[in-house]
Amino acid sequence: MPKKLGILGKKLGMTRIFKDDGSVCCVTVIQAGPCPVMQIKTQDKEGYNALQLGYDAIAERKVNKPMKGHMAKAGKDLYRHLREFPIDGVDGYELGQEITVDIFSAGEKVKVTGTSKGKGFQGVMKRHNFSGSRASHGAEKVHRVPGSIGNATYPGRVWKNKKMPGQMGNARVTLSNVEIIDVRPEDNVLVVKGQVPGPNNGFVMIRKNG
Amino acid sequence: MDIIKQIESEHLRLDIPEFKAGDTVKVHYRIVEGEKERIQVFQGAVLRRRRGTTNASFTVRKISDGVGVERVFPTNSPFIDNVEIVSEGKVRRSRIYYLRNLRGKAARIKSKQIWE
Repeated sequence: MPKKLGILGKKLGMTRIFKDDGSVCCVTVIQAGPCPVMQIKTQDKEGYNALQLGYDAIAERKVNKPMKGHMAKAGKDLYRHLREFPIDGVDGYELGQEITVDIFSAGEKVKVTGTSKGKGFQGVMKRHNFSGSRASHGAEKVHRVPGSIGNATYPGRVWKNKKMPGQMGNARVTLSNVEIIDVRPEDNVLVVKGQVPGPNNGFVMIRKNG
Repeated sequence: MDIIKQIESEHLRLDIPEFKAGDTVKVHYRIVEGEKERIQVFQGAVLRRRRGTTNASFTVRKISDGVGVERVFPTNSPFIDNVEIVSEGKVRRSRIYYLRNLRGKAARIKSKQIWE
């Protein structure tokens, strides 16, 4: 398990820009950080080294008492999202220290994690790209069905992980090797190449590639 | 949303002149072949302009050796050296696709008179 620091953010939306060589590049703009360190977990106490970061300040009435007590230790605001990033060593980090987009640089490859847009209960054609069956030539009520889902007496059951209809989307998705096009520390903004899972204003995590 | 607009505004070309559908333009387009760079001129009538920020584009149509050729240029592309307006055309619509069905004399566009 690679231990890399990351940052929390919000997907603002997509646009397209021209790169230095003149080519067009579709990009996603992410508002990221500044994320204060809310808790430092150490090898001695918790058994592993990690930093807990907070993002998206919220009003006091929206936080319950146990969380309020936990977050008060950092001496910062109260936050909607708390996430932990396991790292190799916690030396040099202190409670309340703000992690900003400065930890990344343009051209770097990162991992982006988000929750994909929910599509509801979907059939196999949309969910697994099955080809479906014929529209005519005697086909009746079977235009989008999955077809056979197994064999005969052997194995006498449906194989595990058989692609079937079900919930599509609304799941945690991680993209690796996402290129950072631009880092804007003055706006706390990251511009990354291509798409990022989730809707606009969705919560995303950006980690160093490892 | 404002940050997205700000990022887009940094990529806009403000030196491209304003022109409309029906105008005849010369597009000086930079072409990179290996190490060398040269400028190609594409002259023709503007069929349409697609408005927008970095998405903006325009279509130019010309007749080359009796064959109609259309080319879509991104308005804000750094590859565009400059756009020269040869003449302003007098047309009644903003998308003059009807030009595709016309040949020869019929495909001419009336030019706009200055005193009009």
